[in-house]
Amino acid sequence: MSLRQTGRTLMDAEIKASAPGLGGRNWLRLGSMREAGLIAIMLALCVAMTFASPHFLTWGNFRAMLMSFSIEGIVVVGMTILLIVGGIDLSVGSVVCFSMVVSGALFLMGLDPWTASLIGIGASALIGAAMGFFVTVIGLNHFITSLAAMVIVRGLCLVITKGTPLSLFTLPPGFKAIGQGSFGNVPYVIVIFVVVVAIFDFLLRRATAFRKVFYTGSNEKAAQFSGIKTKQVKFWVTVLCSTLAGFAGVIYMSRFGAATPTFGAGMELNIIAAAVIGGASLNGGSGTIFGAILGMALLSVVTSSLILLDVSVYWQDMIKGCILLAAVSIDHFLHSRKS
Amino acid sequence: MTAAAILEICDISKSFGAIKALTGVDFTLQGGEIHALCGENGAGKSTLMNIIAGIVQPDEGTIRLEGKEVTIASPSAAQRLGIGLVHQEIALCQDATVAENILMAAINNRRAPLMNFRRLYADAQKIMDLLAPIPVETPVAYLSISNQQLVEIAKALTLECRVLMLDEPTAALTETEARRLFAIVRDLKARGISIIYISHRMAEIFSLCDRVTVFRDGRYVATDSIASVTPNDVVRKMVGREITQLYPQKLSPERRSDRPVLSVGNLTYRQGSDGVSFALRAGEILGIGGLIGAGRSEMVQTVCGLRPKVSGSVELNGEPVSIRNYSDAVRAGLVYLSEDRKASGLFLDLSIASNISALDLRKLTTPLGLLDRRAEAKQATELVERHGVRMGGIETQVSTLSGGNQQKVAIARLLSVGPKVVILDEPTRGVDVGAKVEIHRLLRDLAERGVGVIVISSELPELIGLSDRVLVIHEGAIVGEIGADELTEEAIMLLASGVRQQRSNARQAHNVA
Repeated sequence: MSLRQTGRTLMDAEIKASAPGLGGRNWLRLGSMREAGLIAIMLALCVAMTFASPHFLTWGNFRAMLMSFSIEGIVVVGMTILLIVGGIDLSVGSVVCFSMVVSGALFLMGLDPWTASLIGIGASALIGAAMGFFVTVIGLNHFITSLAAMVIVRGLCLVITKGTPLSLFTLPPGFKAIGQGSFGNVPYVIVIFVVVVAIFDFLLRRATAFRKVFYTGSNEKAAQFSGIKTKQVKFWVTVLCSTLAGFAGVIYMSRFGAATPTFGAGMELNIIAAAVIGGASLNGGSGTIFGAILGMALLSVVTSSLILLDVSVYWQDMIKGCILLAAVSIDHFLHSRKS
Repeated sequence: MTAAAILEICDISKSFGAIKALTGVDFTLQGGEIHALCGENGAGKSTLMNIIAGIVQPDEGTIRLEGKEVTIASPSAAQRLGIGLVHQEIALCQDATVAENILMAAINNRRAPLMNFRRLYADAQKIMDLLAPIPVETPVAYLSISNQQLVEIAKALTLECRVLMLDEPTAALTETEARRLFAIVRDLKARGISIIYISHRMAEIFSLCDRVTVFRDGRYVATDSIASVTPNDVVRKMVGREITQLYPQKLSPERRSDRPVLSVGNLTYRQGSDGVSFALRAGEILGIGGLIGAGRSEMVQTVCGLRPKVSGSVELNGEPVSIRNYSDAVRAGLVYLSEDRKASGLFLDLSIASNISALDLRKLTTPLGLLDRRAEAKQATELVERHGVRMGGIETQVSTLSGGNQQKVAIARLLSVGPKVVILDEPTRGVDVGAKVEIHRLLRDLAERGVGVIVISSELPELIGLSDRVLVIHEGAIVGEIGADELTEEAIMLLASGVRQQRSNARQAHNVA
């Protein structure tokens, strides 16, 4: 049997290729399907709540809900981008607190609050850079690195404050206004939140630099084989996530007029849950900011509803956990049916 | 047909949702034969294997084993009946020992609370010895791919195995490793095991099998004795129409040129080894052959800046270029297609358009740093249409495409930068015959249009059929060069296996020049 003969014999072109699956669904459209679903669930919940409680459909209640997730929402933005690149950051709660504590302590030492805040945000970025170093240069994974950072940074907060909350009631009114003031009826916090979300949502969809984030998260090896410097991408996204957490920390400080060394413990779980409900994959490669914010909003509407319905607060975490599980299960179901 | 039928499949149908995978197929396996099962991707071969192995249940039809009607309700039922399936892809627990892998099912069914390792090793060794003397206490991760393949076979074999199914067992093996496997398969046959052998490679089927059955579109087409058909006949039955020529016309001698498009001078890519030099001439397709692990991929990846080089120079169209990383190479017009499409080639969960853009985002970026989506769509549409990718639209997720179309998308990405030289590592691995032909034509077209083409392939017929010249690598060094007129499988293998060295300094000097 000669191989050459075989070589000559086979085939001519244009044999029908196997059918290209269901086709037509790209990640963007799949994303908006998910977003529409979240909006529908939320609307249904709102309609039901409007009948169930007279206090639900009031600007006061909506403002309270928005306020409750606006600042966390800024952290969600960074987390979502980090999840897309295939990372995760468990240290965001600690970093939010760290930024508050550093800025607060510097202010108490006599620095003006704006400079103190910038240093606080810068210090948070450095934590991100340190994590990025361990992930990209040493080669550890994001989970373990950020778990260690979560504990270390929390420890730092306790060291800096000696374990007691810093009272910052002497903050000048101009600075307090960020967290406490409002444009007529709309608090500045909400405005800041909307602006940050809008900017990053747009950039993530449209900017070339962020496209590299999707490539890296989708298939790091293939991205390298396309000349993308994936380590750099991962490093900078890690820094971005911590920086946004630091930014949120400063706003919290302005809002509360205090810096508590235990603030933000457990926040990371809420934030990761929101991003995942909104469609970010823990395997990287997919997710949208808008979706993540909807995830956050859904959790917030549920919490608010439970309060208005007089459900004991002890039920809240359990119900939130179930929502997370349901969202991920539905997603998994849709994906496995697709392939 | 004197031998008694051991396995008879009668009128089996199976649907998955709206897709009919098998329609009333028949199949008979005689005792002690090697029976090839052929068909294009999607013809229903794997579904039939899965039915026989108890992984999926047929909607209709009967299965008879040694004349008795049986229901194969689960993989363990299949194993009890003496039926084993070796899947196409190696799926072993890399950190566990060979023995633990081979007897995983038995361990799983054990009632005893503690492991009996002495017994486990003894039992596993008995099975392993049927194939090759691999010590079963070794962790799988320490074995070569071909030995892992043997462990997969051992896992499917039981001491009472009567029917063994092999699904493209040579897909990841080199030619020599494949030959060793064939000897083992023949030996199993001599022990009275009947074998169903799935493969796309005609050469294997014709040298190994006794009979061949062809499926097309989920239907049975024909069963023939190997002696009574030619590869031509089989392929015609697979595709359902007349065939002409698999490989495109080679470069005619009068059009050969000595002008090098790419010259690699004294490139050292492994610490402490000698440098390699070679040139790619205008209009030709240069093949690179050699065993897996000989350093073929390493060498070209170093040329492209994907690996750090120790020393050496690269010239494109006579001008030296400095390549420190892959971006430099892409900018200079030198692009590389990696061998593993799924692991390192494509972004499976992203769209066709974003996959094509990945290589040169700068070109699609507006001055504000935003991605020009219109330009992206235009580029993707053009490339996809030119290369005949069959799909729903450029926003289709790549994972939903067939292997051949995925590969065309990967090649379209290379061409998106208007390269001077393309280097393709196993460009048709896991691609069905039709798409393979199209990819070969595409490469020939590129060469004719003046783009330098280098192809690495482990499949010798492809290397021989496609290349105008082949360089053979052995243990990191170029040990020979074979021109179109002297290209035979034997010539390549003698060099690749290190039996012969045909290294002439004069020739090397000529290449560099």
